[in-house]
Amino acid sequence: MSAVKPAAAHPDEHHEPPRGITRWLYATNHKDIGTMYLVFGTLMLFVGGLLAELIRSELMTPAMRVLSPEAYNQVITVHGLVMVFAAVMPLTAGLANYLIPLMIGAPDMALPRLNNWGFWLLPPAAILLVLPWGLKLFGIGTGTIDTGWTMYAPLSTQSGPGADFAFVAVLLLGLSSTMASINILVTILNQRAPGMTLMQVPLFAWSWVITALLLIAVFPALMAGSIMQITDRHFGTHFFSAAGGGDPVLWEHIFWFFGHPEVYILLLPTAGVLPHVLSTFARKPVYGYEAQVYSFWAIGLMSIVVWAHHMFTSGMPAAANIYFMLSTMAISIPVAVLFFCWFGTLWRGSMTFETPMLFALGYIVLFGIGGLTGLVLSDAAADQQYHNTYFLVAHFHYALFGGPVMGLFAAIYYYLPKMTGRMFSERLGRWHFWLTIIAFNVVFMPQFLLGIAGMPRRIPDYALQFAPLNMVSSLGAFVLGATQLLFLYNVLQTVFGRSGAKASDRVWEGAQGLEFTLPSPPPFHTFSTPPVIE
Amino acid sequence: MSGEKVQLWRRLAAAAAFVSPARAPARAFYNFQRPVTPIAHDVLFIHDLFLVIIAVLFTCGLGALLYSTIAHSRRRNPHPATFSQPVGRKQWLWVSVPFATLLIIDYVVLGIPALHSILALADTSNAQMTVKVTAHQWHWQYQYPVYGIGFSSNLSTPQAQIADRAPKDKHFLLEVDHPLVLPTHEKIRLILASTDVIHAFWVPSFGIKQDVVPGYLRETWVDIDKPGTYRGQCAELCGVGHAFMPIVVVAKSPADFRQWVSQEQSREAAVRATATETLTQAQLMARGQAVYLKNCAACHQANGMGLTGAFPPIATGHPFNASPQMLAALKSLGFYANGLIAEGPVAKHIRIVLHGIPGTPMPSWSSLSAVDVAAVITFERNAFGNHTGEVIEPAQVVAAESAH
Ligand code: HEC
Ligand SMILES: [Cu+2]
Ligand SMILES: [Cu+2]
Repeated sequence: MSAVKPAAAHPDEHHEPPRGITRWLYATNHKDIGTMYLVFGTLMLFVGGLLAELIRSELMTPAMRVLSPEAYNQVITVHGLVMVFAAVMPLTAGLANYLIPLMIGAPDMALPRLNNWGFWLLPPAAILLVLPWGLKLFGIGTGTIDTGWTMYAPLSTQSGPGADFAFVAVLLLGLSSTMASINILVTILNQRAPGMTLMQVPLFAWSWVITALLLIAVFPALMAGSIMQITDRHFGTHFFSAAGGGDPVLWEHIFWFFGHPEVYILLLPTAGVLPHVLSTFARKPVYGYEAQVYSFWAIGLMSIVVWAHHMFTSGMPAAANIYFMLSTMAISIPVAVLFFCWFGTLWRGSMTFETPMLFALGYIVLFGIGGLTGLVLSDAAADQQYHNTYFLVAHFHYALFGGPVMGLFAAIYYYLPKMTGRMFSERLGRWHFWLTIIAFNVVFMPQFLLGIAGMPRRIPDYALQFAPLNMVSSLGAFVLGATQLLFLYNVLQTVFGRSGAKASDRVWEGAQGLEFTLPSPPPFHTFSTPPVIE
Repeated sequence: MSGEKVQLWRRLAAAAAFVSPARAPARAFYNFQRPVTPIAHDVLFIHDLFLVIIAVLFTCGLGALLYSTIAHSRRRNPHPATFSQPVGRKQWLWVSVPFATLLIIDYVVLGIPALHSILALADTSNAQMTVKVTAHQWHWQYQYPVYGIGFSSNLSTPQAQIADRAPKDKHFLLEVDHPLVLPTHEKIRLILASTDVIHAFWVPSFGIKQDVVPGYLRETWVDIDKPGTYRGQCAELCGVGHAFMPIVVVAKSPADFRQWVSQEQSREAAVRATATETLTQAQLMARGQAVYLKNCAACHQANGMGLTGAFPPIATGHPFNASPQMLAALKSLGFYANGLIAEGPVAKHIRIVLHGIPGTPMPSWSSLSAVDVAAVITFERNAFGNHTGEVIEPAQVVAAESAH
C-alpha cells in the first residue's frame, strides 16, 4: 500500500514514457490510459452524434426520405448503444483514471495491467456494433442490431446476425466496465495518501465509488441475459420465447434491473465533478459534503430496487405498479439533496463565469428539467400516456445530455488546462456553451410536446399533425451537432496548437485539491512520494 | 378516494387550467388528445396537476439560481461566504422545509390521484362486452366472440404516399381499411394477445397503453363517453412495420353499434358464401394482387424480391440467404432448393399462408377470407416471373382449412 511503500521502489521513477504505438498498446500509466479513454469516448460521441443527425434528417418531414425502415431501426439502436456504452461511460471512466490518483495522492491506479485490459476491450466492442454495416456492404447479413437499445425479446430473436454481434459487444463492455470498476474501488480504498480519511476523499472519487459498486452489482445481470439471448437464438433454449414456455417479460426485468442503475452509472460521476467546478468558481467551500456522499449512497442503493418503472405498461399487477411508483418517487429526495447542495455551494459565493462554470450551471438547469419530468413519469397511471412517446425521449435526453454530457463538457474544460498545460480559447468555449444550451432546448422541448400530443418513439414516419414540431426539432439538431465541432476544434487547438496561454499549477483562482498542487501538465509519474495530508 | 377529496383535486386542477392550456376548449396541436374515457380524464387531470407543480418548482429553482448568479457574482459580492453546512437548529429546520414539501408533493398531491387511477385501470370486472385484440407483425386483428365476427385491420395509406410520390391525405398513417367499432357508454373489456413479438395497444384519447406480449393474455378496459373516431398506434418497437400498424376506433352509440354488428354479420356470411363460388384466373389474379400488396408486400416486397437475410423472394429461381433454421424450414416445405427459391407444392403453399411458418416471422393468415387466400396464392404462383398457370379456388382453401 502506498502508505508503506518507499518512494524509490517504483522502478520507472525517472523514466520518460515509452515512444510510439507501444506506449499506448502496453500502457499501464493511469494518465495514458485516462487519455485513451477520453479520446475514444470523444470519438464515439461524434459517431453517436452523426447517427442522431441521421435520425433527425429522416424525421424532419413525414414520408420516408433518407433511410429505409430497416436502416432507421438500426440507426436508433446503435445511436443509443454507442452513446451510453461507448461515449459517456468511457468518458467518465477516462476522467476517473486520469484524476482519481491525482485527487487522492496515489502514484497510479492500484491495478495498472487490469486497467490496460479494461480499456482495450472497448474498441473491439464498438467495432462489433458497427461492423455488421460494413459486412452488409459486401452482401453479408442484414446490417446491425435493429431492436432498439433495450433489445427486447422476442424481437431480438428474430433479428439478423447483427444482434449476435451486439450481444457479444455487451459481454465485452461488461468485462471492461467490471475491470475498471474493481480497479477504481481498490484504488480509492487502498491507495489514498497517508492521512486522507474516507470522509476527506474528494466528491468526484466518492461518486465513482458508488458508480463502481453499481456496475459490479448490475452489469453481470445484463451479461447473463445476453448469454441467454444468444443461446435462445442459436442453441434452442427458450428463456424468452413464449412458444417454448419462456417469458419475454423476463428479459424486460433483466434488462431494466441493469438499465435503471445504468442511468445513475452515467449520471453520478458528473454529479461528482459538479461540486468541484461550482466551488472553484464560487470561491467557496463545497456545501454539504457529507450530505452529498450520503445522497450518492442513497441513490445507488435505491436505484437497484426501482427498475420496473420502465415497465408500467407491460401488464404487471397493480400492486407491483404501485410499489415501483412509490419507490421511484423516493429517489427524488436524495436527488433533491444534491440540487440543494449545489445551490448552497453557489449561495453568497463570489462567482465568475468561465466556460466550465457555464456548463456546470447549464447542467443544473437542464438536468433539473430532466429530473422534474422524471417525477412526472414515475406516476404509474399517467405513464400510460407518456410511456414510449417522445415525452420519454425528451425526458431522458434532458437527464442524460443535460446531466452527464453537460457535466463532461464542464469537466473537460475544467481539467483540460491541467492536463495540457495550456488554456483553451475562452471565447470559443462560451460560444460552444450558449449555442449548445439554446440548440439543445430547440431540439428537445418540442419533443415533450410531441409526446403529449401522441407521437410514439422509434417510428421512422409519422402522422401529419406532428410535422411542424419535428421540423423545429430537426433544425435544432443540425445546429446542436455543428456546434460540437467548435468543441472539437477548441480542444484540438489546445492540445496540438499550443497557442493558448500557459496554465498555472492552480489553473483556476479558486481551485482546490491535490491535483492542483501539481505542475500543469503533470509529469508522467506523480505522487511517487505521497503528499502529506494534515 | 372519497367524493369530497376528488372535488378538492378537481378544484386544484381548475387552477391548473388557468396556467396550462390543456383545458381550453379547442385542444392545441401540442396537447393531449381529447380524453373520452374515465381513465383518460383521470390521466389528463394528473398531467395538468403535474405541469403546474413542476412549473412552480422549476420557476422557484431557476429564480433562485438566476438571483444567485447576479447577486453573488464577483463584481457584486467580492468576499465569498465560507459556510459549508447548516449550523444550529434553526438553519437545519429551514433546510428541511424543501424536502418535507417534496415528500408531500410526491406522496400526497401526486400519489393519491395516481393510486386512485392505477386501481381503476386494473379493474376490468363487470364489463358488458369483451373484444379480443390480436397483434401481428404488422396489423391488428379484432374479434367479437359474442357476435361471432372478426376481421383484421390494415394500414390503408397507399405506399406511394409513404414513399413521398403522392400527396398525403389528412390521416396519413393513421387510417385503416377496417376500423375497430365499439359502442359508447358501455364498459368494454379488451383482451390482448400477440402472435409474434411484443406490441403495445395505444389510443391516446382512451388514456390506456397496454403492451401485448406473446404467451400472455393481457387485459384492459374502455368506457367511451362520446361517439367519434379515435386514432392511435402501436407503441412498442415490433420490427420494420412498427410505424405502420395504426389503431383506428370508431365509437358508435349503442343502437348504431347493434346495427353495425348485424351488417357485419351479413357481410361475413356473404364472404363465406363466395368461398363456394368458382372464380376465373383473371378475377383471382386481380384480387390476389390487391391482397398481396396490402398484406404481404411489407415483407416480401412489392416486386416479390423479398429482403436478403429476412424475407424470401416470392419470385422463384432467386437466391436467398438466412439463418439455417429458416432455410431448413423452407426446404422441408419444398420452397427452397440448391440455394434458390423454388415453387413448392400447392398444398404446402396453402398451408404456409393459412398457418404461417412457425419459428419464423412468416405469420398465419387464417384471418383472411378463403377467397383472399386462394387469390393471393394464385397470384403468387403466376406473378413475378412465376408461370405455373395453376388456379387455386376458394373451395380448395376451405377444404384445407377443415382438414387441419
Ligand atoms: C412479417 C413478414 C411477412 C409477411 C407480412 C408475409 N410473409 Fe411470407 N414469409 C415470411 C418469411 C420470413 C418467410 C420465410 C420463412 C422461412 O424462412 O422459413 C416467408 C415465406 C413465405 C413463403 C414461402 C417462401 C417463398 O418465398 O415462397 C410464402 C409462399 C409466403 N411467405 C407467402 C406469403 C403471403 C401470401 C403473404 C401475405 C398474405 C406473406 N407471405 C406475408 C415473412 C412474411
Ligand atoms: Cu429508470
Ligand atoms: Cu410496434
